[in-house]
Amino acid sequence: MNAVAIQSAAQESWEDVCSLDDVLPATGVCALVAGQQVAIVRASDTVYAIGNFDPFSKAFVLSRGIVGDRGGIPKIASPIYKQSFDLRTGQCLDDARVRVPTYEVRVERGRILVCCQPRAGGSSGA
Amino acid sequence: MSRRDLVVVGNGMVGHKFLELLLEDERREEWNVVTFCEEPRLAYDRVNLSSFFSGKTAADLSLAEPGLYEEAGVTVLLGDRAVSIDRQARRVASAKGARVRYDKLVLATGSAPLVPPIPGRESQGCFVYRTIEDLESIRSYAAQARTGVVIGGGLLGLEAANALNHMGLETHVVEFAPRLMAMQVDEDGGRILRGKIEVLGVSVHTGKNTSEIVAEGGRVTEIRFADGGALAADMVVFSAGIRARDELARECGLAIGERGGVTIDDRCRTSDPDILAIGECAQYRGRTYGLVGPGYQMARTAVSTVTGGDAKLGTFDMSTKLKLMGVDVASFGDAHATRPGCRVVAFTDSADGIYKKLVVSADRQRLLGGVLVGDASSYGQLLQLTQNQIPLRGRPEQLILPQSAGANPPALGVDALPEAATICTCQNVAKSVICRAICDEKLSSVGAIKAATRAGTGCGSCTPLLGEILGREMKKAGKAVSNHLCEHFPRSRQELYHLVRLHRIRGFDELIAKHGRGSGCEICKPAVASILASTWNEHVLDGDRVGLQDTNDRFLANIQRGGSYSVVPRVPGGEITPDQLIALGRTAKHFGLYSKITGAQRVDLFGARLEQLPEIWRELIAAGFESGHAYGKALRTVKSCVGSTWCRFGVQDSVSMAIKLENRYKGLRSPHKLKSAVSGCARECAEAQGKDFGVIATEKGYNLYLCGNGGMKPQHAQLFAPDLDEETLIRYLDRFLMFYVRTADRLQRTASWFNNLEGGIEYLRKVLIEDSLGVCAELEAEMAHIVATYRCEWKATIEDPAKLSRFRTFVNSAAPDPSLVQIRQRAQHRPATWQEKAPLLREAVG
Repeated sequence: MNAVAIQSAAQESWEDVCSLDDVLPATGVCALVAGQQVAIVRASDTVYAIGNFDPFSKAFVLSRGIVGDRGGIPKIASPIYKQSFDLRTGQCLDDARVRVPTYEVRVERGRILVCCQPRAGGSSGA
Repeated sequence: MSRRDLVVVGNGMVGHKFLELLLEDERREEWNVVTFCEEPRLAYDRVNLSSFFSGKTAADLSLAEPGLYEEAGVTVLLGDRAVSIDRQARRVASAKGARVRYDKLVLATGSAPLVPPIPGRESQGCFVYRTIEDLESIRSYAAQARTGVVIGGGLLGLEAANALNHMGLETHVVEFAPRLMAMQVDEDGGRILRGKIEVLGVSVHTGKNTSEIVAEGGRVTEIRFADGGALAADMVVFSAGIRARDELARECGLAIGERGGVTIDDRCRTSDPDILAIGECAQYRGRTYGLVGPGYQMARTAVSTVTGGDAKLGTFDMSTKLKLMGVDVASFGDAHATRPGCRVVAFTDSADGIYKKLVVSADRQRLLGGVLVGDASSYGQLLQLTQNQIPLRGRPEQLILPQSAGANPPALGVDALPEAATICTCQNVAKSVICRAICDEKLSSVGAIKAATRAGTGCGSCTPLLGEILGREMKKAGKAVSNHLCEHFPRSRQELYHLVRLHRIRGFDELIAKHGRGSGCEICKPAVASILASTWNEHVLDGDRVGLQDTNDRFLANIQRGGSYSVVPRVPGGEITPDQLIALGRTAKHFGLYSKITGAQRVDLFGARLEQLPEIWRELIAAGFESGHAYGKALRTVKSCVGSTWCRFGVQDSVSMAIKLENRYKGLRSPHKLKSAVSGCARECAEAQGKDFGVIATEKGYNLYLCGNGGMKPQHAQLFAPDLDEETLIRYLDRFLMFYVRTADRLQRTASWFNNLEGGIEYLRKVLIEDSLGVCAELEAEMAHIVATYRCEWKATIEDPAKLSRFRTFVNSAAPDPSLVQIRQRAQHRPATWQEKAPLLREAVG
């Protein structure tokens, strides 16, 4: 277990994708992070990053969804068929079997940095 | 009491179902559970195995939630196979040398593909289609093959053929029987199915007996038929049926059926009461069952037997519905009309490739079964009529004939089903259970119903019925509960509209801070954006409004399948000059856009990438075009016939009137889209009576029709006032539109708004003509403001660098979206289907 953690820490790299001002509050943009499409989303005071791929419509569009909350859970709704995803975990709130990848995000001196490797746990479903 | 040992041999779909149900049982604690799993991974969804080729991974198909078995203390012998059973010592031995003791043993060994004893069947390039490993081998071999032959034209064979076809192989299906899917469909259905499949480029050879597989250097090159014919083949996939894996049972002396399969009684017990068998390896009442529904029923019964219950196997539902190569195929009940005295009603449309057959009782009162090919949309309901023996209303042929004007389709709604009706036969879920879950757990989506009741998680064919039940239950509940917009606003749209006007609120943040809670969602944000636009008519992308808009409004274009956009410039009244047509064509050509004439007398240009939209509009605006608002809940178009100017029957100039109305109301944001038309005479060529507002010319002026609708639920508009002059017509329209904008619910078209207006057309006349509410002056003033403040949204956008900067696919790259793959079709382009582009994008999906 330890060995795995050390290995992933050693490989971890971050990408500076844009400035905080490039993302209007309560909206998302899409960034290319190590070749992957990642939705960078501002909700309230936090910046989140999840995979841009919508497993329901099979299109790379999640960053273009409407940002909001369901019962206090920060979420984004796919612009195609409107399924909502928890921005913290990538969990689809309308289908327990579906989850999209999430990425660590840091905001430093007004810049948004995204970790190139998705968080462990991974995606599934649809 | 010490625990007893329960051993399950086989972790396929049915073995997994057995464990899942056992783990939920309160007497589960009495057992130590061990399961064998021969494959390198736990149970996966074999029904949807072929989706592996369209991009799903083994993890996607997995049925066992990670950790389920470990947490429940089930020991899994992964990648190990049971090789013998010692009934005296009550022990199972494994290939890797394990010895596992049992008190109760459950055999769920499934079945194996049947490979007919054809000489050459062992050659390189011969495959079967059963496991993920099989599919992986097929995929890697297909990379160097040109021609593939599938032996067997049943369900799995056609799935295999589809997969080969998608991998770009020249594909043949060879079937011994005289038709495809002989088990499920009859001769006529088979013929229609064959026609549909051949159109897709797969060659079908029926009535062919394969006699030899020829190989060179060990690799397949050709297959030969008993009649002397032959087919070149680089690879062969056998899909000629399955046989029960009953070897373990045979060797330890359990009773075996005549045609194979471990014989079981109605409690799933074999001839040794301590050994049970379930799924495809079991033989019950003289046959084995290759469908997941009967397998799951056996799993349930076996759990009951093991835990001291007394559940017995009932009759199995052998109905199936599937989509093969995009073709619907379904059969249910007594599909082959074997019941004495039964009658057959059939409908064949060889032009569209549709075949529907119903088997009805002698008195035509009950539905016994049927076959559907090409269109199985009514499967769920026909199955319910069959299973619940619901008396048919009207003539049975009405259930399958295409609906035409005048025909009165019999009511088939879910309301007609009894509470005890089984909606999901795979998971055995009754209608009453689903209704109760929707009500008690306040479920609001089909996904939530699936999660809560498991209905729809087997073969999935009952999903449309779940949607219908949900709709009915919500409607029933809707009358009793609130009209609150959503969890963020405890108010109706109408109340919010008044608050916005009254308190002169111009932003979402202000409205939610004063009158709502939380941060909003995809329901309230666009609704509020629409209210703000109807009231203040400021640019939809100004201020904090960007984040309120659905993607169509946010990018002022219509999102399409795959994530590209379409562009519709305004063509008022459908009148267009040759120069404008040329300009549209030039832009479409410049950007490679697919062009289509819409039903609203406009041109729709498809396939634009997000970052191309401003450039496309720069060209269109230079050519004199304006935004057509096809993306907005707003006035779309005012269609017209050519009118008295050209038409010898016309009595008024309908084109000029349509242009005038379209230019007056363009840009008006409303609760839902608005469509209109003007006809130049009573012949009604512009179809004005199917519009939200329609005008029909008369000798004396114009008749005004309101609240019609085309689309999903057509409804004729009502004659509101006859023979109006132009000025009065426009005054009434101003009042009508603003009254609708004020009072309708979100996403409520005028027709459904009208249907909910107490007093109907008379009431509307009182309010809008007699001014019974005293609001007409206000309504006119509000409309005057909208008309005076109109600006083309696209023109304003391309003049504003801040707005323009948001039209890019990637915030950190100018690269185009690699997932937007196009394919040439009929001299234009269409988006690639997911199946076509998935192999290119597998990495990106992660």
